[in-house]
Amino acid sequence: MKIKNLLIYSIISSFFLLSLISIWKILVTLQGLKLENFNTQIIFILGFLFSFLNIFIQERLNFIVKFLFFAIIFVFVDGFLISKLPIWYNIGIVFILYFFASKTKKYNSKFLNNEHSTQLILFDFLTLFGIVLFSFVILFPFYMMLVTSFKTQIALLVNPLDFSIDFNQDLKDLFKSYFVIFTSYNFGKYILTSTIVSLGTVFITLIFSIPAAYAIARLNFFGKTFMSTSILIIYMFPAIVLVIPLYTVFSQLGLRNSISGLLIVYTATTLPVAIYMLQGYFKSIPKELEEAAILDKLSWFGIIIKIILPLSIPAISSVALYVFMIAWNEFLFSLMFLDNPNSFTLSRAIQYLSGDAETPRQYLMAGSVIVTLPVLFIFVYFEKYLVSGLTAGSVKG
Amino acid sequence: MEQKLSKTEKKTAYILTLPAVCLVFAIILFPIFANIWISFKEVQLKDIRIPEPRAKEIVKTIPDEQNKIKIVYKLRNSSLLQEIRNVKFEDKFPDNFKPINLHERCNFKKNKVKCDFGNWPAKYRENFEIIFEIKDSAKIDKKDLKSSKPRLSGDSDNILLNTNFTLKNFKKVIFENEFIDLLLTTFYYTFFGTVGSIVFGILTAQMVNQKFYGRTFMRSVLLFPYVAPVVALAYTWELLLDPNSGTLNSLLVNFQILDTPINLLGQKYLDINILGFSFKLRLALTTVIIFEIWRYFPLAFLFILARLQAVPKDLYEAADVDGASPFQKFFKITLPQITAVISILFMIRFIWNFNKFEDVFLLTGGASGTRTLPINVYQQGFAISDIGMGSAVSIVIVLLLLLFMFFYFKLLGKRADEN
Repeated sequence: MKIKNLLIYSIISSFFLLSLISIWKILVTLQGLKLENFNTQIIFILGFLFSFLNIFIQERLNFIVKFLFFAIIFVFVDGFLISKLPIWYNIGIVFILYFFASKTKKYNSKFLNNEHSTQLILFDFLTLFGIVLFSFVILFPFYMMLVTSFKTQIALLVNPLDFSIDFNQDLKDLFKSYFVIFTSYNFGKYILTSTIVSLGTVFITLIFSIPAAYAIARLNFFGKTFMSTSILIIYMFPAIVLVIPLYTVFSQLGLRNSISGLLIVYTATTLPVAIYMLQGYFKSIPKELEEAAILDKLSWFGIIIKIILPLSIPAISSVALYVFMIAWNEFLFSLMFLDNPNSFTLSRAIQYLSGDAETPRQYLMAGSVIVTLPVLFIFVYFEKYLVSGLTAGSVKG
Repeated sequence: MEQKLSKTEKKTAYILTLPAVCLVFAIILFPIFANIWISFKEVQLKDIRIPEPRAKEIVKTIPDEQNKIKIVYKLRNSSLLQEIRNVKFEDKFPDNFKPINLHERCNFKKNKVKCDFGNWPAKYRENFEIIFEIKDSAKIDKKDLKSSKPRLSGDSDNILLNTNFTLKNFKKVIFENEFIDLLLTTFYYTFFGTVGSIVFGILTAQMVNQKFYGRTFMRSVLLFPYVAPVVALAYTWELLLDPNSGTLNSLLVNFQILDTPINLLGQKYLDINILGFSFKLRLALTTVIIFEIWRYFPLAFLFILARLQAVPKDLYEAADVDGASPFQKFFKITLPQITAVISILFMIRFIWNFNKFEDVFLLTGGASGTRTLPINVYQQGFAISDIGMGSAVSIVIVLLLLLFMFFYFKLLGKRADEN
């Protein structure tokens, strides 16, 4: 029983170490270091030996001493004996080894005698590995977007694996792609258009949705249930089936290539979400406040402005942030409705830029960074509001 | 009193909801019905522009005659296909202008020239001249003359409003366009994208539900792909997967996992041999599905995490007392607790993935076996310029959606009954 658990534990933990080191090696390769192989067998054997011996040594040796001994052997074998590598690579390895060693601290022979010890260990290591892996998989494209925007065409072609940023060069050279897209591709104007469209959508959507949400939440009228269920159905309907009729009608009315056309469409498509989110919140406001207001002979509009609005600032701001993000990220309608570069939004402008195969990739990535940054900033800064809204089943995507 | 109050209540409710209802009706419901109308018509993209009479004004001086001026209007019908009936013309001139030998189709009154040009066939062109005599031979400001633009008007048929209907579009959609292949691709894309995002959602939610350092940061990082703009993400992935200078291929080649780079977004099939079984993997479609999973698992993650945090702790404590293993706890406690969320998520994501257009469009443009139904709407309507066909495909999408929604609301109703 114990030997089996011990072996399984050692194998799992050495796999964990192996995957951590492999991710580090990939990262290192992306900083321009030449690495031809992962040295998988050696890392695996070292990890296995460490975990295995760790159970026997346990408290007989100080943790720091144990760790240092292991780290020196590891660095010597992996870093120097096999391939001569710079110091910073090995410092990273030492940090990983420390992380690994501290995680294995809690497993001892007593723990391994536990009935479910192997499953517990598997769960623990899978969680740890998952966190590292998912952070890597998710953040890497964003990192790549940022780094590519700081590179030159030649550097990109010479070594596609070099993801280091050269900070020694002139600031002007570093931000060259940004200068170019602002000066020769008119990105300033596109940012302005995108901002106007997004803020306009937020404003109009709130004006339309607050009264409607209030009516659905509070007032009794014929067709109320029908309206609240149809909101959900409409919310499910995709933009792609609206595109052709709207395109034909907008062409004939001359609303294509205009900001007002986009505003109308964006408002209409975000209204159901906004109403759905707001009415849910309005329902949670105690009714007694309004009853007092009715006795004071306040009109319905007065009630909305003087009582409902001040109480629902958090909900309204979360709706506003959402609508802003939806409008800012929107692509389909801007693709269909805008074909004059003078009225492009940011997303459409980047797509237009990529349509030309000659456009250097770093310009494209600089544009992508510009369109992504505001959204991520808003998201991280207002995360609390947004997450509660997301779970309410809002953002469409 | 009560009655009166409820009456005003009703009236207020209608006033409050009316603007929103009207807008949603005009921009969302009207187009869905308009699709039905258009899908039974033969309409090309070029037909939807309403023909307009146009005029370009050129001012010319006449040599040797200082007090005369010639104005030429280049008239044309903007449409190459349709005629314009009853074209009317009107232009205003300064007080001291007087036309000589005005054409019989026109008259001059109160400094205005008004003409009745009759019917213009398609592609019609004419150079129309008026010669003016200037009474007090003052200097003529050409710019001033040009600034008063002529006004033209005319009647024409709107091809969208006539009543010629045909079943041709639907016949083409169903019998010609590799319809089965289209449906299958859409189904693969939707189904595997949905299942994948839910599986990764469960994994990550289970992960983040444990306590560790940097947990809140991890939660926001996991949501990044979902909130960032598609355009930026799609192009970054394209760069990442590029066969010539892409990072992924270079990495794989560098570590000798691959001999030659593969075109993950441009290759339709990949032959795979596992244990003697060989089959063809739809490579580009798989890549697009992976992008889809990467981008949308955060939604599943968020929903499932919220549900996991609401699972009572004593359930797990009781299981610990009974000596349950972690796997037993997961399958016997966690999974039953989140099945409701998963089934709703499955329906929502299934419907939304079914309609997804941007992701595939930006990554492959529908090439190499990634043409889904929404992509087909775009291709028919705008690449082939056949609006009628595009609408017919839209109708197919709407019908399938209604079917899915029927199941979705049935499921919702069932859930509501259970609670």
